[in-house]
Amino acid sequence: MSIEVRIPTILRTHTDGQKAVDGKGETLDDLFADLDVRHAGLRDRVVDENGLRRFINVYLNDEDVRFLGGLATPVEDGDVVTILPAVAGGAVTGG
Amino acid sequence: MAGVPRTLTIERATYDAIVGHARRDHPDEACGIVAGPAGSDRPTRFVPMANAERSPTFYRFDPQEQLVLWREMDDRDEEPVVIYHSHTATEAYPSRTDISYAGEPTAHYVLVSTRDADSVEFRSFRIVDGVVTEEEVRVVSTLQVS
Repeated sequence: MSIEVRIPTILRTHTDGQKAVDGKGETLDDLFADLDVRHAGLRDRVVDENGLRRFINVYLNDEDVRFLGGLATPVEDGDVVTILPAVAGGAVTGG
Repeated sequence: MAGVPRTLTIERATYDAIVGHARRDHPDEACGIVAGPAGSDRPTRFVPMANAERSPTFYRFDPQEQLVLWREMDDRDEEPVVIYHSHTATEAYPSRTDISYAGEPTAHYVLVSTRDADSVEFRSFRIVDGVVTEEEVRVVSTLQVS
C-alpha cells in the first residue's frame, strides 16, 4: 500500500508524463520529500520556505489541506492526494 | 506551444454567456471555464465559477468548487478548453498576475473587459511559461462535429 498523488498537467514534466504517482510518509511534508527522490523538482513546485505555495491547492482525499494541518497533515496508506494549480489572476498585482 | 498562432473557435451562445457573466458580476471580476472533450480543442460546456475573492481586481476559483469540477472533467474525459475572467477597469489583456498564475498550458485564456458598458472586448491568449501569445477569436453559430 502507498499514497496515490495525482499530478496536474503542468507538473507532469517532473513525473515523465504520469498523471499519478505513489509515495509514502507520515505527513504531507514527508510525502513530498519522498516523491522528490524519484521525481526531482516536484517538491519545489508545491512547497516553498513558508510551507505550501499560495497558488497551489493540495487536497487530502476531498479536503483542502489548508483546513487540515498544511504540510503537517498526517497521511496514511490508501489516501489520495490531489495537487491542482489554483485558477487565479486579476487586473492588478498585489504590490 | 508558445509562438505558434492558434485560433479559438467558439459558439455564439457560449461567447454571449461569458460576456453576460462578466457584465452581471461587474464591478467584480467574473471567472469560469468552458470544458470540452480532451484533446478536441472544442469548448462545449460553459461552467461559470464563483470568484472566491469577490474583488474588482483579483479572482480565484474556490478551491473546493475547483476540485469538484476538475474531478467531474476527469470522469467525463474533458479538459478546460477555455479559462475566462474579466477585467473591469482595464483592457482585456493578461496582467502580470494572470501570467504568473497561468497553470493550464493547453487552455485558451479568454479575457473580457467590462470597462465600457457599450462595447465588448473579448480576446483570447495562450499563456505558456510566462509567454503570452494572442490568438484569433472566431465566433460561429454551431461548432462542427469532427
